[in-house]
Amino acid sequence: MIAANLPALQIVLPLIAAPLCLLLRRGNLAWALALFVSLAAFAIAVALLTQVLDSGAISYELGGWAPPWGIEYRVDVLNAFVLLIVAAIGAVVLAYARRSVAQEVPTSQHSGFYTAFLLCLTGLLGVAITGDAFNLFVFLEISSLSSYVLISMGRDRRALTAAFQYLVMGTIGATFIVIGIGLLYMSTGTLNMADLGARLPAIGANRTVLAAFAFLTVGATIKLALFPLHFWLPNAYAYAPSAVTAFLASTATKVSIYILLRFFFTVFGPTFEAEEITLNNLVVPLATIAVLVCSTVAIYQGNVKRMLAYSSIAQIGYMMIGIGFGTVTGLTAGIAHLFNHAVTKGGLFLVLGCIVWRIGSCRLGDLAGLGRRMPLTMFAFVLGGLSLIGVPLTAGFVSKWVLVQAAIEQGNWLVAVAILAGSLLALIYVWRVVEVAYLRPAPDSAPEAAEAPWSMLIPAWILIGASIYFGVETSLSLGVAEAAARFLLGGAG
Amino acid sequence: MSGNSAILLAMAIPLAGAVLIALNAKRPNLREAITLGTAGLLFIDVLTLLPEVAAGGRPSFTLIEMLPGLPLAFEVEPLGMLFGLVASGLWIVNSIYSIGYMRANKEQNQTRFYVCFAVAIASTLGIAFAGNMMTLFVFYEALTLSTYPLVTHKGNEDARRGGRTYLGILLSTSIGLQLLAILWTWQVAGTLDFTVGGILNGKVSGPVVGILLLLYMYGIGKAALMPLHRWLPAAMVAPTPVSALLHAVAVVKAGVFTVMKVAVYIFGIDFLRESGHGQWLAYIAAATILIASLVAMTKDNLKARLAYSTVSQLSYIVLGAALATSWSVIGGSMHIAMHAMGKITLFFCAGAIYTATHKTEISEMTGLGRIMPITFGAFLIGALSIIGLPPMGGSWSKWYLALGAAESGQIVMIAVLMISSLLNVAYLIPIVARGFFQPAPGHAHEPAQEPSSAGAAAAPRTGSAGKIREAPTLCVVALCLTASGCILLFFFADPLYRLLEPIAVP
Repeated sequence: MIAANLPALQIVLPLIAAPLCLLLRRGNLAWALALFVSLAAFAIAVALLTQVLDSGAISYELGGWAPPWGIEYRVDVLNAFVLLIVAAIGAVVLAYARRSVAQEVPTSQHSGFYTAFLLCLTGLLGVAITGDAFNLFVFLEISSLSSYVLISMGRDRRALTAAFQYLVMGTIGATFIVIGIGLLYMSTGTLNMADLGARLPAIGANRTVLAAFAFLTVGATIKLALFPLHFWLPNAYAYAPSAVTAFLASTATKVSIYILLRFFFTVFGPTFEAEEITLNNLVVPLATIAVLVCSTVAIYQGNVKRMLAYSSIAQIGYMMIGIGFGTVTGLTAGIAHLFNHAVTKGGLFLVLGCIVWRIGSCRLGDLAGLGRRMPLTMFAFVLGGLSLIGVPLTAGFVSKWVLVQAAIEQGNWLVAVAILAGSLLALIYVWRVVEVAYLRPAPDSAPEAAEAPWSMLIPAWILIGASIYFGVETSLSLGVAEAAARFLLGGAG
Repeated sequence: MSGNSAILLAMAIPLAGAVLIALNAKRPNLREAITLGTAGLLFIDVLTLLPEVAAGGRPSFTLIEMLPGLPLAFEVEPLGMLFGLVASGLWIVNSIYSIGYMRANKEQNQTRFYVCFAVAIASTLGIAFAGNMMTLFVFYEALTLSTYPLVTHKGNEDARRGGRTYLGILLSTSIGLQLLAILWTWQVAGTLDFTVGGILNGKVSGPVVGILLLLYMYGIGKAALMPLHRWLPAAMVAPTPVSALLHAVAVVKAGVFTVMKVAVYIFGIDFLRESGHGQWLAYIAAATILIASLVAMTKDNLKARLAYSTVSQLSYIVLGAALATSWSVIGGSMHIAMHAMGKITLFFCAGAIYTATHKTEISEMTGLGRIMPITFGAFLIGALSIIGLPPMGGSWSKWYLALGAAESGQIVMIAVLMISSLLNVAYLIPIVARGFFQPAPGHAHEPAQEPSSAGAAAAPRTGSAGKIREAPTLCVVALCLTASGCILLFFFADPLYRLLEPIAVP
């Protein structure tokens, strides 16, 4: 019974728990419930992935209505992987959130915070699991609206403008996506994505379909913050509460990339784009510029959180380069980096949250001498930074290795060099922080700082540890990513 | 399978040592005992591998499959055996020296120092025993990162600037160039395993060989080929034991060792020679040898002079690889050991002088030889070995390099080697001469100084050069050991040759 309904439970559990959190009113109770639910969601995601890897894609008819009329939840190796990422990060961040939120968010809003958090989790999981295009849009809106709320809860008043900016851009993106879906519905009469994929080749690439393709691409690109449509991201990340930044950075943009992958490869099919609009010419240059420009911009940031936000845009560039290549190796690299970067950047933002918790700031100058005062925290930052740079034995190295290989396979030396140059730029922005923290003595006026509480440090170290673990043991990250890539390109999942 | 576990232990012992050292931060005596014990154990462990390798065996060990088809794997071959022995053997001597030096100079953060040192040695042995280029690259980066805290040990502005140059050059060359070369190799050859005869042999041709060679040679920034040598003088801000073991032995030798490995096992000597691309590499190496020697002459700071001397000497080994004949490869590989022994002696002396007198500039060292005769005597022995005069070990490597140059018909390279020897004489011997033969500046004005010193303590001065005042005993013991090592290597070069023979004559 439970096993058969796992796909539904994945969504329903957090969805029901969300209003309950609000009813509980007490912040700590709400937190406990949210944590419990997120752990359950993680367990379900693990169960789903194992099931998919064992016995192929799962199709679940919601309410017993047969697709394409009813809503179908369809779990294949790609979205099972995305579900796992979202649920895992959600659980780790929630475990971390209690102390961090207690400090950064007014007490009266605590239960509201956890409600919004669970709704956001629901939305992101829903986008990943559903097989229905319109349902995808609905979940996307659930996650987006709740994330605007979450961002606006930031301590800094600029969080409000940041949330508003994101709201405007996010709404434009979502609207584009729904227009695209509408156009597809108009020409095919179906909303089920597998069904769409089956029917579109017969229609061919007429103007309506091309327009749908364009709207969907631009819409998803805004949501995933591909250069030059990334302007909402740095502010949103910089001013949101620490836990929210960590969660959104590792999941929201990743899920948007999933949307893009799903539409490009399942709905339009790998051959569509190859014939009509080559992603290779469109996405790869933009993504390469993203890597170079945003890494450079990151070097000049005085606020470490903002610096990591720009670094995120650059890292999204890496994923998009791989996806743009559209080859097995390229897609493997893109999807593996999606995973590796989620783990690494999530960990780094959690570490920053520890620093903010302790010294109340994440301006670069205020980090002076922290290497001595918060040794465990700063060492975690160094390890995460090494993974961002892509030093061997870290997760970041693995995906970059495959990505450069994909570029060389294509004979695209320029991109191969740009990827490595991006690593060097990452070295500069990471090492700025390391130098300040370890080699600049703390000013005498600096408050006495000790380590962050264990309840925050342990979750941060779990993610940082994972970014090292997946740099050595790659069968999960790389193996599943490759299976997903083959599945997307039409081979057996 | 004792060989296999010995390989793993070679990395596990120093790492375990690092943990123990960190746990005993509050008990300095125990901490230093652990350092020495770890170094001793490690050397014995590496030594147990020697008989098998010398007999032609290739003990190997696979740790984990990191990427599909690219495991973290180890295989001990003669070149790695030699490098492993040099690094682990000199670690013992260096630890003895470090203890004396660090305590006498009351350095801060000594625990961090010993921990990072042990990690750096573990990485070095990982490089020495790496079974494929990927594994080597992993430990190459680990070595860079673990030595960064040692370079910036002092934590001041100078250290920060030095550390920036160090990390900047080493990481950007390895990620920007070497990694690209490795990926390229993997793409065309489908393997990265070190194979006798080379894995690129027959897989690439024409200008691609040249580009790959260029990417490798400048990607291996630790070999300090000009113009990417700046990190080495910058690293001299580190405490002297670090400069001695890491920047005269472990790190730089890791660089040239990698160069040798790439030449012998990635390209293959025959392939490299027949492709003709070794030619320009030889010229770059020759230019580095000469220019760095000339720069060394202009340096008044002793450590800076030794650093440029290292830059110059490293290119001997690159030259050996570039000439790509069996003699030159043996000569180059031998030079890894010979130069290590000589240069570590010189650095030990520089540190001893600093500890005893707090002098760093050569112009201040006038007459010091009479105060520190043992140190300056050892300096002379080390210098002679670097120059390449018998009866010091350094003469053999130069001999084989010259033979290699003759074998490949590049007579001009013999001239380069000879001129370089002369330049070495010109920048090393005056230091010794100044120490022994020129009177100390105080001595010239002795009548003026006598009343004040006599009035102050009435200390009787034995002779005209003052009392013998050597560095702490542990420092002196260490530099005597390495100086005698220079001499021993002259008489016992044969086992080295026998060990290395198989790599040149497959």
